[in-house]
Amino acid sequence: MPITFFTPEHDQLRIAVRRFAEEELAPHADEWEEQGDYPDWVFKRAGELGLLGLTYPEEYGGQAGDYFATLVFAEEIGRCNSGGVALGLAVQTDMATTPVNRFGTEEQKQRYLAPSISGDKIACLGISEPDAGSDVMNIATTATWDADSWIINGRKIFITNGWRAHYMTLVAKTVRDGIETGHSLFLVDTDTPGFVRTRKMDKVGHRSSDTAEIAFEDCRVPADALLGVEGEGFKQIMWELQGERLIGAIAGAAGAERMLESALKYAKEREAFGKPIGKFQAIRHKLAEMATKVTALREFIYYTAFRWNSGEYVVREISMAKLLSGELSFEVADECLQIFGGYGYSMEFPVQRGWRDLRLNRIGGGTDEIMREVIGKMDGF
Amino acid sequence: MEFTRELVFPEAFESSDIPYGLFTEEHEALRKTVRTFVEREMSPYVEQWEADEDYPRDLFTRLGELGLLGMKFPEAWGGSGADYIAETVVTEEITRAGSAGIAADLSAHRDLACLYIYNFGDDEQRKRWLIPALKGEKLGSLGVTEPSAGSDVAGIQTKAVRDGDSYVINGSKIFITNGSWADFCVVAAKTDPEAGHSGISLFVVEAATEGFDRKRMKMLGWRTSHTGELTFTDCRVPAGNLLGGAEGRGFYQIMQNFQWERLAMAIGQTAGAQRTYEMAKKYALQRRAFKREIGHFQVWRHRFADMASRIEMTRALTYHALRLFVHGVVCVREVSMAKYYSSEVAFKVADEAVQVHGGYGYMMEFPAQRAWRDSRLGPIGGGTTEIMKDVIAKTLGL
Repeated sequence: MPITFFTPEHDQLRIAVRRFAEEELAPHADEWEEQGDYPDWVFKRAGELGLLGLTYPEEYGGQAGDYFATLVFAEEIGRCNSGGVALGLAVQTDMATTPVNRFGTEEQKQRYLAPSISGDKIACLGISEPDAGSDVMNIATTATWDADSWIINGRKIFITNGWRAHYMTLVAKTVRDGIETGHSLFLVDTDTPGFVRTRKMDKVGHRSSDTAEIAFEDCRVPADALLGVEGEGFKQIMWELQGERLIGAIAGAAGAERMLESALKYAKEREAFGKPIGKFQAIRHKLAEMATKVTALREFIYYTAFRWNSGEYVVREISMAKLLSGELSFEVADECLQIFGGYGYSMEFPVQRGWRDLRLNRIGGGTDEIMREVIGKMDGF
Repeated sequence: MEFTRELVFPEAFESSDIPYGLFTEEHEALRKTVRTFVEREMSPYVEQWEADEDYPRDLFTRLGELGLLGMKFPEAWGGSGADYIAETVVTEEITRAGSAGIAADLSAHRDLACLYIYNFGDDEQRKRWLIPALKGEKLGSLGVTEPSAGSDVAGIQTKAVRDGDSYVINGSKIFITNGSWADFCVVAAKTDPEAGHSGISLFVVEAATEGFDRKRMKMLGWRTSHTGELTFTDCRVPAGNLLGGAEGRGFYQIMQNFQWERLAMAIGQTAGAQRTYEMAKKYALQRRAFKREIGHFQVWRHRFADMASRIEMTRALTYHALRLFVHGVVCVREVSMAKYYSSEVAFKVADEAVQVHGGYGYMMEFPAQRAWRDSRLGPIGGGTTEIMKDVIAKTLGL
């Protein structure tokens, strides 16, 4: 524990995730990116391998591991060479299902958590709307109490896994007798009448991921679709966002590290003016700078994860980790693309994909600007 | 309440397993005590000392008396028998006094001179120089850098020629922190100019030795520091002053000590950045413009968020290197990274501090400019940023 918190079990898990990513997923990455989709078996297979419930209780099929297991998973799954696939899995394991595990009833856990862990049900998370992203308070989707059920109306946008998901963990404003009772969470089956997948969105990166826009048109769900306490949704989703941002930070840092590894390898092989380009001081120092930033970022995230795992609610540090990871991973990706020269710009090589995919980290899960607002305000500004 | 050694060390440090977070409750208790000491016995005088470009030497005896000079050294040699992490605490807290020159003198004494004598000296040499140095009675410095050789240690020109039972030293040293007033200097000299890396040896030269002259240097920052230029003209020292008693080991000894020296700098830079951040924050939340505190304008809120994030990240990197160091893991790469990155962040934060202070930031009567001048040395001293990047690149196989 003193030098690292990873145990031999974590190391074994790392090998297992890496093998899954490199051997079973990566060979299809180009094809999936090209077609803008990947098959559902990815979830099923990850479930079979026990990777979808690393931190969840054993009674629902989970592995009951600590947060470092999640960290290892997030670091290694990116080796599938497709940010979209990695993100789809992360939404399943650490975004849409965490509120079910934390706030769900036994019945909800049996119905949603257990099949999510086995990979039989795919989950998505519905927070963002066309006019409300990080400004969660401004969410306009309503769930109106009517006799014995809720009627949902509104729109959600940028919903990862939204096209294929079996259910959505939804944030909506609850209304009873014409009076708003605050924000609340719901578990909505996507085959419910009135749950409409409006369109699949075309994106600059994460192209294999199915990102959807959803419309709720008088979508009626039963009383027990409510997740947790009515009116507590804002607090619950703020808690969820911390885990989401931390895993996003981890994935970004690992992505930067992989980009750096490949640029380092290339700089040692590629020759110009009679020597490897990595022997030119301008490139050497660039790589040294990147290695420094990636190491610093990783160690800061590790320390933050260590505190999160110990039960500290480290919102400030998680926001910092998210901010730094978004900024630095894209900065590193851009410098790496530069080192690859023309090959970096060519669609035949994977460098450009890393560059496009990592750009999302400055936007998704709360933009850089939102992170600075959170940090600045917490520091008294 | 009077500060005594017993107060600083209520009981002996238990050497236990080092936690991932590094600091134990004992370390935190030590931090509190040292902080109070700094607030009472250093901070109130810092402005005056900076104006005088000097401070009383007694500060060293006071620190020695409290056991704060010898954190990492065994009690047998007059140390406190604590550890490197306790020393980190002391460095961080002394940095909070806000006089980088004093922190630098202290570090040169403790992390260079004393550490060299402890690590490479024989018992006789330790008795002679280390024990009084840890009491703060004798001040030490380290003389490696020369007018035309800095990080390129093998390129030094100073020579020591054996003559009977003594050595005759000729040459000059520059930028020697603590050098203009120290009682002794650990000097690197070539005993065999033909032998390259194996031709360098270290000698302890006492201040009163004939042929040893020094002069204090004027610097952009670190104004309280006694940084000196040293010259040796047929300066004769007894053979017993050859550190460790064998010739030719100097280069390797210097390289070995670089790790702690650079790590100590990274620790100081990180703590300095934190202090500067707090100073800038205080001003930003007090100064009003257009009917509100300037810190509440979004641009400054975001810039402070960026500063705070970089400081936390730098600290994580520095502590990572420290963690490896205290576990005896080879950490040349991580230490070089920490030294380079922390000094870059510290200067950036200081520049932002000057900016947020506006006109006052540019005035000598406000301390923002001092943080800015002082932190500019970070990317230069102890191996420049460019040297650090070269070292890092080498460890990456480039």
